[in-house]
Amino acid sequence: MPSEIETVALSEADVAAIRADFPILAERVNGHRLVYLDSAATAQKPEAVLDAEREFLIRRHAAVHRGAHTLAAEATEEFEDARAAVADFIGARADETVWTTNATAAINLIAYSLSNASSSAEFGRLALGPGDEIVTTEREHHANLIPWQQLAQRTGATLRHLPVDDDGALLLDELDGVVGERTRVLAFAHVSNVTGTLAPVSELVARARAVGALVVLDACQAVPQLPFDVRALDVDFAVFSGHKLYGPGGIGVLYGRRELLEAMPPFLTGGSMITTVTMERAEFLPPPQRFEAGTQPVSQVVGLAAAVRYLRGIGMDRVAGHGRGLGERMASGLAEIPGVRVIGNGERVGLVAFDLRGVHAHDVGQFLDDRGIAVRVGHHCAQPLHRRLGLTASVRASAAVHTTDCEVDAFLAAVADAAEFFERMR
Amino acid sequence: MTPSSDFATLYQELILDHAGAGEGRGETTGFQPQSHQVNPTCGDEITLGVRLIGDRIDEVRWHGHGCAISQASASLLTGLVAGSSIAEARELLARFREVMRSRGTLELDEATFGDAVALNGVSRYVARVKCAMLAWVALEDALDHAPDA
Repeated sequence: MPSEIETVALSEADVAAIRADFPILAERVNGHRLVYLDSAATAQKPEAVLDAEREFLIRRHAAVHRGAHTLAAEATEEFEDARAAVADFIGARADETVWTTNATAAINLIAYSLSNASSSAEFGRLALGPGDEIVTTEREHHANLIPWQQLAQRTGATLRHLPVDDDGALLLDELDGVVGERTRVLAFAHVSNVTGTLAPVSELVARARAVGALVVLDACQAVPQLPFDVRALDVDFAVFSGHKLYGPGGIGVLYGRRELLEAMPPFLTGGSMITTVTMERAEFLPPPQRFEAGTQPVSQVVGLAAAVRYLRGIGMDRVAGHGRGLGERMASGLAEIPGVRVIGNGERVGLVAFDLRGVHAHDVGQFLDDRGIAVRVGHHCAQPLHRRLGLTASVRASAAVHTTDCEVDAFLAAVADAAEFFERMR
Repeated sequence: MTPSSDFATLYQELILDHAGAGEGRGETTGFQPQSHQVNPTCGDEITLGVRLIGDRIDEVRWHGHGCAISQASASLLTGLVAGSSIAEARELLARFREVMRSRGTLELDEATFGDAVALNGVSRYVARVKCAMLAWVALEDALDHAPDA
């Protein structure tokens, strides 16, 4: 349980040293030093990641799992070493760790594999059809909603959802009614990308287990902020994007329990995922290669491995402690500003979204940007949640391992000034 | 801390006043043609209706929600196109779009656009051009659906 995580924060000196690892933090924006509070959208990159990728491209770049020349062999080894490093970082085995483009691609991979299973004799064990139910929640990112809507449409299964309360917290009282004997898949985010609060993972997993449903965990906001272990969480699938984890863009991870991955048909097909091919048919490789058709983004994989090594060097318990402290500082500071409604209560990571009464999120964001403070404005790809909360858009600030208390205070002062500036409209 | 001059231009008093007052904001029932437009990046939306007398725009009404720029733009549009012909409104629209997309290199002229020149500052903020355009795109779409269009 997250509340049992030791709160070992980073010292000011630690954070100062970390900041020196991120070249972009020296940039000036609109005449001010950049205050980057949009890491939940995409994280900035430390030198270690940039160097690893560049070094690989300069010296060892080659296509992997094909070819017999020296570079190809070295690149393949590095590619698989990276898989082992990332797998280890999340408590998985390498052969349970599939490279995808990002978390969206990973969820689509699961959803399309399940619909392919639904029309396959060979992979029929995972088939879905009319009468089956897929459950997600009212506070998901669109990436963890629309693939399930589409899967339901393709297979005739029914999509249901666990609702949230007025604060955006999942209504656990409804869990047993929504997740039942017909439920085949339960998909939810570990940490909401809007509220920054944690889902009660163990309760949700226990219910899914009781009814024999598969658990798909959207771990995009959790993996960069918390110690993360797929075995401890006991989920069937977990997905996240590398670029939110201080890694390169274009690389993401699908974790799947080995026996499930083995039972799943491929989604994308083509080169590198086959054994024998005739003009009529093909035999597929076992996972993870079965799900990695086409030339792989090797330097991005290498960069992502460098990112997890970088975070390990800091220690995820300390990263979590730091994030929690910043999250609390932002949430409590915002709550003191007249007209601000902080979205979500309870244990949160270094992420908070809020509404300033009578002022549109875009206007607040523009005011902050004028001071070099980068935040996210809009619905954060979670329209149903915003609609449920009576909002069209909100402002989201998300901290990173390099964020300082001082930056949070500058952000809070700017929000207070924005409230005053836009007073005449309210 | 004083806002930058670009920011102060973008959010000048006239913009904030129009965003707050919202000329033309109200029920669009009975106003035909109508258009509903959404900005998918932020979820902002507007329903804009036009009352035509012949080929002349008698009145514009709109409702929806959005940022100060989008609300001010809808408000300024309302006053500007009232009384103009469809053809004149289309000319205003074309020029407005051209200036908004100019990245600060073109300006609306006051003789034609009146108070709407307050929106000149938007064109420097590429990410906000869509906000300013929302009501105008709704007007364009509505006029495309006018009986004689």
